[in-house]
Amino acid sequence: MVDAVIPRGPKPRPRFSRTNIMLYGTLIVVAAYYALPLYVMIVTSLKGMPEIRIGNIFAPPVEVTYQPWVKAWSEACTGINCEGLSRGFWNSVQILIPSVILSIAIASVNGYALANWKFKGSEVFFTILIVGAFIPYQVMLYPLVIILREMGLYGNIWGLVLVHTIFGMPILTLLFRNYFTSVPEELFKAARVDGAGFWGIYFRIMLPMSLPIFVVAIILQVTGIWNDFLFGVIYTKPADYPMTVQLNNIVNSVQGVKEYNVNMAATLLTGLVPLIIYFASGKLFVRGIAAGAVKG
Amino acid sequence: MSSSSNARKPSGLFRNLSAKIASVPMVLTALVVFVGGTAWTVLYSFTSSKLLPKTNFVGLDQYERLWSTRRWLISIENLAVYGFFSMIFTLVIGFTLAALLDRKIRGENVFRTIFLYPFALSFVVTGLAWQWILNPDLGVQSVVRSLGWESFTFNPLNDPDIVIYGILIAGLWQGTGLIMVIMLAGLRGIDEDIWKAARVDGIGTVKTYIRVIIPMMRPVFVTALVLIASGIIKIYDLVVAQTNGGPGIASEVPAKYVINYMFRAQNLGQGFAASTMMLVSVIVILIPWAYLEFGGKKRG
Repeated sequence: MVDAVIPRGPKPRPRFSRTNIMLYGTLIVVAAYYALPLYVMIVTSLKGMPEIRIGNIFAPPVEVTYQPWVKAWSEACTGINCEGLSRGFWNSVQILIPSVILSIAIASVNGYALANWKFKGSEVFFTILIVGAFIPYQVMLYPLVIILREMGLYGNIWGLVLVHTIFGMPILTLLFRNYFTSVPEELFKAARVDGAGFWGIYFRIMLPMSLPIFVVAIILQVTGIWNDFLFGVIYTKPADYPMTVQLNNIVNSVQGVKEYNVNMAATLLTGLVPLIIYFASGKLFVRGIAAGAVKG
Repeated sequence: MSSSSNARKPSGLFRNLSAKIASVPMVLTALVVFVGGTAWTVLYSFTSSKLLPKTNFVGLDQYERLWSTRRWLISIENLAVYGFFSMIFTLVIGFTLAALLDRKIRGENVFRTIFLYPFALSFVVTGLAWQWILNPDLGVQSVVRSLGWESFTFNPLNDPDIVIYGILIAGLWQGTGLIMVIMLAGLRGIDEDIWKAARVDGIGTVKTYIRVIIPMMRPVFVTALVLIASGIIKIYDLVVAQTNGGPGIASEVPAKYVINYMFRAQNLGQGFAASTMMLVSVIVILIPWAYLEFGGKKRG
């Protein structure tokens, strides 16, 4: 690298400088390490058991078989129950849809009230809500069992929906409140002058303007709720277990011969929903996870 | 904190009624679940509740029992080891990856997507994937041995002394991407002129990062620290999936201890005491942070 005499503008970098080779070399090695587990899961799920026993986990399958996927989906056993992961999948879907809708509906209206319709004490409750997000869930698990039992919701899917709504509230409310606060106040005032009320402004002005933040919230909630294990295992009965819980029970069951290919197919099946959302949503996913961190 | 322009002034309670109705779920969550639930658990941690919560108070008995239970002590030790290394490695790896991505490279999106995808996966999936990779008979250990290094031993999940490091490997793989993204956002917020000034002064790249950029990113590091710390205390499903606390009780963690005593061993009082200790540890972390973040501003 020869020192040029022009000090203005960024220094053009030669493509194969030593720095560049080190930079890209490091990034590629690290990227390979991060990608490896997904690769291992995929190749393992496509091999037959004999090939797994003699071979190497990093080797691509010699003979590709989809049998492990079929078995994981429809035949894998938890205890004496052998209907595969499909049951957990549909349980998760049944938990997910109402949880996402309810939690976002409540939090968005709440965030809107906090941003545009402050009332005496609203900030105090909001502060408690945000501080509460740091309380370990374990502290509130049993009181919630009692509350749900009193409401007759303990052990069924709607109880779990309520739990997801409660624990999703701090982050979602923060997300919506910050977004609605950034909406120009003139717009809000103009609507007020035109006689629009709380709900009118929400449905006719705020909602249509804030679709991106709703998408961010949906991404956040779908991945969060799909990946939940703790609440699923505590607030539902075995028949209603979400996919993550059933997956753990299938793979870590002590009975029978370990079928690693079926286990990996089951693991991938469970990871598929958040992975698809992640790869499809790109930057919005990043925005969602950063949303909680921005306030620091 | 004035409510938005109201022409009439009806009685206080009914003013802004729709907003108050819309906030009912928040008020209930904040007061009943967060404040009420926490107070309830702390209160009942001083009782001898077994299968059902009872109000026969026994003072600090549950805490004495807790701190003399081997399983709890192991849990705490594991949390300390996991927390210490997780904190350091997550910050170092997260920052380094962000700094590498910030060097105006080609394919930044591809690299970022790869580093972050584990974060989209659940801890259960993470734990099971790494349980398989670290499998002693068929995983990494056997592959290295088959390459000719016969005495190679890397079997953390079955060795009580190092099992927590096996979990750490999985936890770092899952969580470093998040911190990288946050650090990257912080780096992007730094003025280009800083780099120009450093170049004019002849300060090297690495030195600029350590001496200038990192001190400037203090708020980002604080955010990252809080995020990592609250994640560490919560660690539960990763352990359940990867080792289920084994071998024996070598990889137990506090959150698992709580669940176990509350919902399996039917010893509620122990569970309440253990969860209260978790709460105390969060408070110990949060108070200095809140003081630094908000206390300073008021005085300054």
